[in-house]
Amino acid sequence: MGDHNQPFLPVSGDPECAPVLGDDVVVDGALHRPQPGSTKSKLLLAVFSGIFVVCLILAGGYDKSGVVKVAQLGGVDELGVGPIEMPAGSTIVRPAVSRGKSAGVSEKANFSPEQLLGGGEVIGDGLTEDFPWNNSMLSWQRTAFHFQPEKNWMNDPNGPLFYKGWYHFFYQYNPNAAVWGDIVWGHAVSRDMIHWLHLPLAMVADQWYDVQGVWTGSATILPDGKVMMLYTGSTNESVQVQNLAYPANHDDPLLLDWVKHPGNPVLVPPPGIHHKDFRDPTTAWKTSEGKWRITIGSKVNKTGIALIYDTEDFINFELKEGFLHGVPGTGMWECVDFYPVAVAGGNGLDTSVNGAGVRHVVKASLDDDRHDYYAIGTYDEEAGKWYPDNPAIDVGIGIRYDYGIFYASKTFFDQSKQRRVLWGWIGEWDSEAADVRKGWASLQGMPRTVVLDTKTGSNLLQWPVVESESLRLRSKEFKNVVAKPGAVVPIKLEAATQLDIVAEFELDKEAVERAVESDEEFKCSSSKGAAHRGALGPFGLLVLSEETLSEQTPVYFYVVKGKNATLRTYFCADQSRSSLANDVNKQIYGSYVPVLTGEKFAVRMLVDHSIIESFAQGGRSVITSRVYPTKAIYGAARLFLFNNGTEAGVTASLKVWQMNSAFIRPFPNL
Amino acid sequence: MIRSTIFLLLLLTLYPISCIEATASIPNILGNNLIDQTCKKTPYYDLCIQTLVSCPESFHTDLEGLAKITVGAIAHKASAALRRIETILAKKEHSKPAVREALNACASRYRAVVEQDVPETLMSLRTGNYKFASRGTNDAATEAMSCEEDFAAGESPLSDLNVAVHDVSVVAAAIVQAVIES
Repeated sequence: MGDHNQPFLPVSGDPECAPVLGDDVVVDGALHRPQPGSTKSKLLLAVFSGIFVVCLILAGGYDKSGVVKVAQLGGVDELGVGPIEMPAGSTIVRPAVSRGKSAGVSEKANFSPEQLLGGGEVIGDGLTEDFPWNNSMLSWQRTAFHFQPEKNWMNDPNGPLFYKGWYHFFYQYNPNAAVWGDIVWGHAVSRDMIHWLHLPLAMVADQWYDVQGVWTGSATILPDGKVMMLYTGSTNESVQVQNLAYPANHDDPLLLDWVKHPGNPVLVPPPGIHHKDFRDPTTAWKTSEGKWRITIGSKVNKTGIALIYDTEDFINFELKEGFLHGVPGTGMWECVDFYPVAVAGGNGLDTSVNGAGVRHVVKASLDDDRHDYYAIGTYDEEAGKWYPDNPAIDVGIGIRYDYGIFYASKTFFDQSKQRRVLWGWIGEWDSEAADVRKGWASLQGMPRTVVLDTKTGSNLLQWPVVESESLRLRSKEFKNVVAKPGAVVPIKLEAATQLDIVAEFELDKEAVERAVESDEEFKCSSSKGAAHRGALGPFGLLVLSEETLSEQTPVYFYVVKGKNATLRTYFCADQSRSSLANDVNKQIYGSYVPVLTGEKFAVRMLVDHSIIESFAQGGRSVITSRVYPTKAIYGAARLFLFNNGTEAGVTASLKVWQMNSAFIRPFPNL
Repeated sequence: MIRSTIFLLLLLTLYPISCIEATASIPNILGNNLIDQTCKKTPYYDLCIQTLVSCPESFHTDLEGLAKITVGAIAHKASAALRRIETILAKKEHSKPAVREALNACASRYRAVVEQDVPETLMSLRTGNYKFASRGTNDAATEAMSCEEDFAAGESPLSDLNVAVHDVSVVAAAIVQAVIES
């Protein structure tokens, strides 16, 4: 091969194929080895367009037939953003895309443009004149009180901790573009986890063992107050290794400068573990032997696992036999987290706490479906094993922290306020072209406290940190607003893009009693969203909506009366009509949520421009949404109460605060 | 399956026999389980086969390598779309304002594909942080479809390329998912 003169057959080394196979080709070298001052993608464009031979001309057309079903991503209840489903066999003039359909529902080849925009609703002529995105729409999307760098790309939260009076937050950051790549550690500090001040980069990719990425890691605070930071590096040969770093000056409360341990890496993939399945070391906790223990996610075939290592100095590690836990079929476990919660609820616990009155949580971010799952169980310290309370909802096959967009999350113990706080990466649900245009991508969720739900004992409760309330400005109360079946009731506010909403709903009792038992098997993602009418729902709020409802984002409850008159409640968000744009997420998602006897339907929502975080039943089920309206922005955004059920009226009481900006900005005078 | 086999045979007859001997014999190609099994996991089997078979490296590489080959095809077709956009825009007298506006929007979409999605995907595959490859390939499909929808019915001068980029991106995304789950 290779030496023959083959006029028609592309030979090995042909420019069309070679650049994407080799690891040592110019294109890759110029782009993907972060060097100080490296140039970016103009070179790639020149290379690709300059030297490609149109090899595929020879192949001619191809045959598409049949209906396409794209493999859907898993998860207990609902799907996140996944591959776009395409109808095959459609004519070329208008290839169709629909993001309102759910798993396993095949698309038909014949459908009208009106149906494309999801929800089956006709909006004008089904087309939009208002996009492509203009600068006004794009700049509106930036949030007022959620953490985000001034520009460019961010992903996983890293090493959060409280130190010498400051909350520290580090994060995966691309200093060069609004897309993942060239990853380094960004850094910010805050007195209250709300008003963040940007600091210089904490760590850059300047060693052979992290030159291809300074990836995710966690902080451990030693009893003497010193900080150990373990993080994953992607080496010059794409091996995932664990490295140790620590503050250059422990007296600096801002922890500006970091030193990488000269003996790095401190951990390399052990035998039997693939060199690309070994990342995201956790905060360490004390063992009864007085050693420190960490866990690192990985996989063996398709079983996701958490490896355990013990250490006394964070430099020399001993791999413990077996795994902390593993669940077949869940694939790679990223960003594993492991922490205790008090059975009695209340305060959070230091990561090393163990004993009676304590359960342990294991959490994993599943690479397979890009969702965060947790399970509650028992930690056997001596055996180095953890067992779920309920194997049917084990890690990766049970409960998710969040039924919207929320990944790579990580908790830390805030010793100043004795609480466990959860950070989560909130990505974008728009197109890369829009991200490039607006110059940034991704947010962090509002930090949440995490405690065991003492009423159910089988799930966690998440709630925005109490400091979020310091952003509240003027409020308006709406008491006992009635929404009959089919009603949409305006909630008159001075503005509707930066809100903290606390709402309670009650269904008309007689209507509930009268309602016929249904055997409906409901799932948010396979429903018609807010247009899916049942006897007892959907009802809730239309957020970031436009006056004529041309754009609306319903967040709502849907109640099914099942056998023996038991009520089952679902909590959903519906983006099928959230924007007239054609390149944003249009899915419907959510989950079942337990509503106990005597409880009203309750939700708290933080609305901050292009992010909505909705907490149902005190944080028993949480949904984060990224929304990109083209019309329901600035002064045109509205809030409505709605009830699209057919039989029961709904009475709602709400308190709505306007929220201040957090004025996130660079640390002054540095 | 039979139709696919015939298709493969027809494809191979486009090449001189000596080329086929140079790369692999016919029985080897048909028996190449990895390509066949991989393409079965994608929604466009024939396109997947055609894309991979036209690059001889695909016969000697692993699943990740197959993913990279399809990403190269995305870059190739997206670049072709950019070139056609430039050509049309250069002919100032022919386009309606709405069409020109859509072409400009498409240009920024395809630039994002070539300059952001493709490098992100390749870096992700190389370093093993695969979810970003999923993100990049899925976004390429989104950009292509959105470009087509930027035009009023019947007015798109890019339909064939939009479909081509979309479809090969969906194939690439499916192969990336196979890599993640392998």
